[in-house]
Parts: sequence; structure tokens; C-alpha cells
Amino acid sequence: MTNLLITGGRVIDPASGRDGVADVLVLDGRITAIETSSAASAEARQGVSEIRQIDATGLIVSPGFIDPHVSLREPGYEEDESTASGTAAALAGGFTAIAAQTDTSPVLDNRSAAEFVRLQADRARNCRVYPLGAITKQHKGEELAEIGQLVQAGAVGFSDARHPVANSEVMRRALEYTRMFHRPVLHFAMVPELAEGGVMHEGFQSTRLGLRGIPAAAQDIMTGRDIALAELTGGRVHIMCVTTRDSVSRIRHARAIGTSVSCDVAPHHLLLTDEVMERFDTMYKFNPPLRTRDHLEALISGLKDGTITAISADHQPRAIEKKQVELDAAPFGSSGLETALGVCVRALIDPGYLTWPELIARLTVGPASVLGLPHGTLAIGQLADITLIDPAVRWTVDATRFKSAGRNTPFHGMTLTGQVAATIVAGEVRWQRE
Amino acid sequence: MQLSELPVCGPWGEKHLLGLERLTASQLNTVFDLADQLKDLTCDGTERLSLLKGIVVANLFFENSTRTRTSFSLAARRLGADTVDFSASTSSLSKGETFIDTALTIEAMGVDMVVCRHRTPGAPHLLSRHLKAGVLNAGDGTHEHPTQGLLDIYTIRRHRGRIAGLTVALVGDIRHSRVARSNIHGLVKLGARVIVCGPSTLVPQEIRQLGVEVAWSLDDILPEVDCVNLLRVQFERQRGAFFPSITEYANLFGMNGDRIRRARKDLLVLAPGPINRGVELTPEVADGPHSVILDQVSNGLLIRMACLSLLAKERRAGQRGVA
Repeated sequence: MTNLLITGGRVIDPASGRDGVADVLVLDGRITAIETSSAASAEARQGVSEIRQIDATGLIVSPGFIDPHVSLREPGYEEDESTASGTAAALAGGFTAIAAQTDTSPVLDNRSAAEFVRLQADRARNCRVYPLGAITKQHKGEELAEIGQLVQAGAVGFSDARHPVANSEVMRRALEYTRMFHRPVLHFAMVPELAEGGVMHEGFQSTRLGLRGIPAAAQDIMTGRDIALAELTGGRVHIMCVTTRDSVSRIRHARAIGTSVSCDVAPHHLLLTDEVMERFDTMYKFNPPLRTRDHLEALISGLKDGTITAISADHQPRAIEKKQVELDAAPFGSSGLETALGVCVRALIDPGYLTWPELIARLTVGPASVLGLPHGTLAIGQLADITLIDPAVRWTVDATRFKSAGRNTPFHGMTLTGQVAATIVAGEVRWQRE
Repeated sequence: MQLSELPVCGPWGEKHLLGLERLTASQLNTVFDLADQLKDLTCDGTERLSLLKGIVVANLFFENSTRTRTSFSLAARRLGADTVDFSASTSSLSKGETFIDTALTIEAMGVDMVVCRHRTPGAPHLLSRHLKAGVLNAGDGTHEHPTQGLLDIYTIRRHRGRIAGLTVALVGDIRHSRVARSNIHGLVKLGARVIVCGPSTLVPQEIRQLGVEVAWSLDDILPEVDCVNLLRVQFERQRGAFFPSITEYANLFGMNGDRIRRARKDLLVLAPGPINRGVELTPEVADGPHSVILDQVSNGLLIRMACLSLLAKERRAGQRGVA
């Protein structure tokens, strides 16, 4: 059924500036009317025989969330995640569209790999999945992947996942070449030799714990280089997972002078700091690593002033046994889709740093504009991708109940406020909380 | 003598010994006082006791070590415990078994205490969360080496009768040294003035926040120092070159006869070993009158006996509590 009437919710659509109680009418999977009086909404639905009504009183009606880079791990790493489980997790986290990261085996660096991602997504029939394509063949950072053919297969952006393109000449050509397809390059900005072997942020805590550090400079230097190359080439670069004060200020300055650079931030970098590493728990092992309070505050001000336009869950699902090893042997990252909203509320809304419309913008229209996707708004005529948020409910994270096959999370057992109540794709309720 | 008759005077209450950072000054003194008692009870370590009769101590060494493992084995046996040795030169991961599974397997054989040496910081902490046995950290990567810290400090205490008010220099590769971290935590708590000294590439600036002073010139600080602890240059833990050559290191930070003559007459020279003769110190110093290097080794045995007894006593108390 693709006819829907969502009544009584607080409709927040950052793209249009709308924020108020209204009814949302969806006909044939598209947003048809948003009315503030029930008389008007009754009139709008006149003549529609079959319609599902959802009472959204007390809920927020938001455009569906969009994540610009999600690791689905299929093909090649099905022990971590599959397209079916990853997209189910996306729905449970309120995401109606995601871009699939290229860290598969074989690497998503060719047309058939991109088409396989879309095929698996169609079979799963959960959220929308847009493939990314690799920047370089096999993520080696040497030769460009067949970017044009990847575009033809539906790639919306280019990324070598966790592999920095260390060679500046290669990155320059990638930015030049992607220009003609109007696609961004999503880069993991990290100087490999400064980060090598590191398991946490370099600073007092790493010194105290004897753990090898990844200095903030490893990200700052590469961010600076990427900005310079974006200026040189006119290409569009998007820095994934900024974590440092200097990277934020470099990006802020570059955007102010018109450089095509954007960036996103992950929820865990907004809530946790490197002090948690004293537990030597591999669930806290991230790359980029959890930083210190001053970096965290810089990220929040970057979100507030629009330097950081997108939030990505930075979903990195891993089979649990891979994390149950020594700290240096464990992989980085967490299964983040299902906790993204709650963690953002805890980090940003509860302390009053961001308003709901500001947070929702970074989860919807922000990432949509990074990837050039026709989603992220509740404009009339748009496909009705909608997330209903229960902003007040308190819930406890239970990783064993994740839809994601990846149960690796630092938030297991944490009580959070704010939960996704339902996720709607093209007017169809694809997920509803129990 | 029974475990319950162990002459412990002072607080303990720890199920595991993971590091000195979490211990208080009085807990540290409890260990030292017990080591003193054990020295008398064993007639300087020559006689065996039966304090740990029926207790099984497993040595889990995931990193090569001859000295520490031998010292722990001997300490356990002097107390009447049974010991089992498990060595794996590399992580058990290479065999497809996780480190935790290896430890659980060994615990299932009826082990009361696990002595763990591992190249990764936090590995013993991980064990302590998964095992019922008491876990004793025998060195976790570049993090801590609590019994080495204890024995270094104990050696100073035996020679000087106190720690408070002394100036102790830790010289060498501070960045990669677990011995340095354990020494710092213990010495600072007991009221010593601690100076860390070494090449600026191997002395992280943030270490000051642990309550120590940083010096880059050994010659500058030498006249003020009561004890100098010469840390081994950890060639195997270094990534890339932190100093231009061994010769230059020995020239700037090596303890030699010239430097000894410019130091205090009663300077104590410690070295946790194994020493690189000619690098951290010259043979003249290693074998000279200021050196207490061999005392450290025999005190190490007493310290490990004290730690094993304290953990065993705590375990007994815990088991009675459950029953």
C-alpha cells in the first residue's frame, strides 16, 4: 500500500525550513500534501479509497535518513554483514537510503560489482542502496578504477574506503576525472606512515597506556592536501569521518573561499573520548580514533555552523570473534546504523548543542547533497522516504538484538533517548519498532 | 606455615595485579613489607615454604622471556606451588585459536593463578575479564610491568631505607618502556622526585602529566640524582629510527666511568636488563660498586613471591566468601 496519511506529528523538513505539527499525505508513494489543519487534510485525501493512517502524535516526522558510506561487506565478508542484514539495520536506524562502501572482496572497482550491489539490494527490498565505486583499482592507490563505467552502473561517488590515496598525483587525477561525471570523491584522509600501527589517539592517554597513537596531524595533513588538490582541480572532495580540530578549521576556511570540500562526522566521535581506552576494550578501537574533549568540541561547533554537513554512522560491522582478540589484532570500527540516532541525541540534543531541525538536516539533506541524491526532503512531489522519530522514549542498546550481523558496538548496555519509530520508503512502511 | 598465617601487615584486596597505576602507596608498602618478611622466612631465599601448596600457577608467555619466566617459576616453587609453563613465541592467533580461548583452555586444567606476558598492552586486563583465576601481569607490551617496577623500587628501598624525598632518574627509551611506566607510578606515589631522561624522540612530552620531570641531558641532571635506572633500548619495539646511531646514543645517554665520577658518591645504578653492555652502560659501571643490578634479580624473586602470596590469599578469601 503506497497511500498513507501520517497525522499529528511534528513535521521537520530542514530543506524547506518547515517545523510544526501537520498531517502528511502520501499518494502513490509520493508526498502529495502537508496540511496543518485536519479539515484541509481530509479534503486532500478525498476520493482516495484505500489509505493507511498512522497516528504520529508526539513523534517527529522527518525525511528519511541518508548515510553517505555504509560497509555492507558483501561479497567477500559475509561473516561480517550481508546486503540483506545491513539494509535491515539501516531501516531500523531510520535510514531510507545508503551509499554502499567499496570494501568488498573483490573490491567494488568495476561495473559488474556495482551492479551486483544493486541486485542484492533489490532482492533484500529494504532501504535504497546506491553503490560507491572505488577510486583506484583494488584500492591500491596506483591506477584509477574504471570510473566512467562505474558511473554507468550507478555509482554515486568514489571512495577507496579505509585506504587513503597516498599518492598526490593519483588523487589529483581522480579529482580531475570525476569532475566530468559530477561525482564526489569520498576520501579517508590519513597519512598512512603517521597512522601505521596506531590503535588510538596519540596524546597523554596513549602515553599513559603504552598504546601506539595515531596523531591528529595524520588527518590534518591529508585534509590540507585534499583541499589544495580540490582547489587545483575544481574536483569535489568529501572527507569521511573528520575527527580533529584543525581538519574542521581547514575545511571551514576552504568552504568560505568557495572550495568544493565537504565532510561528515560519526556519532561515536561526538560522544566518546580517548579516556575510554583505559579499559583496553577493542570495541573502542576506531580509525580515525576517539580523540580528546577539545577535538570533540570542535566537531560539535563544526556541525553547528554547517562546516560539517553530514553525519555518517560509519557502519563497520565485524564478526564478533574478530573483536575478541588483543587490541592490536582487532579490526577498527563499529556496527553503527542502529545506534546513530540515539547517540546523536545523547551527544547533540540532550546537552543543547543542536536543535532537532539542525540534527535532522545533517542526517538528511546534508548527505543527500554530498552525493547528489534526489532525497532528503519532504517537498511536495518527492518520493515519500520518511522516518518517524520518537524523541522522548528511553531505551537500552542491546547488541544481541541488532538487525545488523555486526554486533560490535561500544554502546551495548547504554541507555539512550530518542528512537526510530518507523521507517517509510516510497510510502511503504518498511520497518516499525515493536 | 599456612597461607592464613602469612604475615601481611597493611592493605591489599586485589584479585589481580595488572599494574602499579591502580595501587595505593600503602598497598605498595604491603608488598615491600611482605618481601622483607619472606626474605627472613626463607633465610635469604634458600629455604622452601609450603604457603601455596596445592595451588597451580600457569605461566602464559606469549612473548619471549627467559628471565621473568624463570623468576616467576622459581618464586612459585619456593612457595610450594605447582607451575605449568605455556610459551608461544607469537600470538596464538597464528594457530587460529584466539588468545582468550588459549587462556580459557589452560584455566580449565585447574589453574589458580595466571602469570601473563604479552606484546599487546591490555592483554592481561582482557584475561582478567574472562578468567576466574587471578591474573598477574608480567609485562604487557609498552604498558606496564608491575613486578619489575616493584622490584626496582624495593631494591632502592633496601639500600636507602626509604623512597620519599629521593631523586630517581629513569634513563633511555621511555616511550616504549613498560618498566618506565610502572616505576613512574610507584615512585611518584611513594613521594620520590622522578626525572625521565632520554632522546627527545623517545620521551613523549605528555609523560609530564604523570607527575615526572623531563630532561634531555643526562649530564645536566646527574649531580642531583640519588638513583639512576638505565632502561634497555627496545630495538624490537621501535618503528623506524628514533636516534641516528647506537654510538651516538651511548655517547649521550650511556652510563660510563666518566659520568660515574661526576655523580654523587652514593649513586645507585639500576638496570632492569637484559642489559646491552656498551650501550646503556659500560662493563666498568655494570660490575662496579654503584651497581645493584644483581640485587635487583634476587629481590625480584622476593617481590614475585610476595605478589603471588597476596593474590593467593585474596583468592582463598574470595572462595570462602562464595562458599
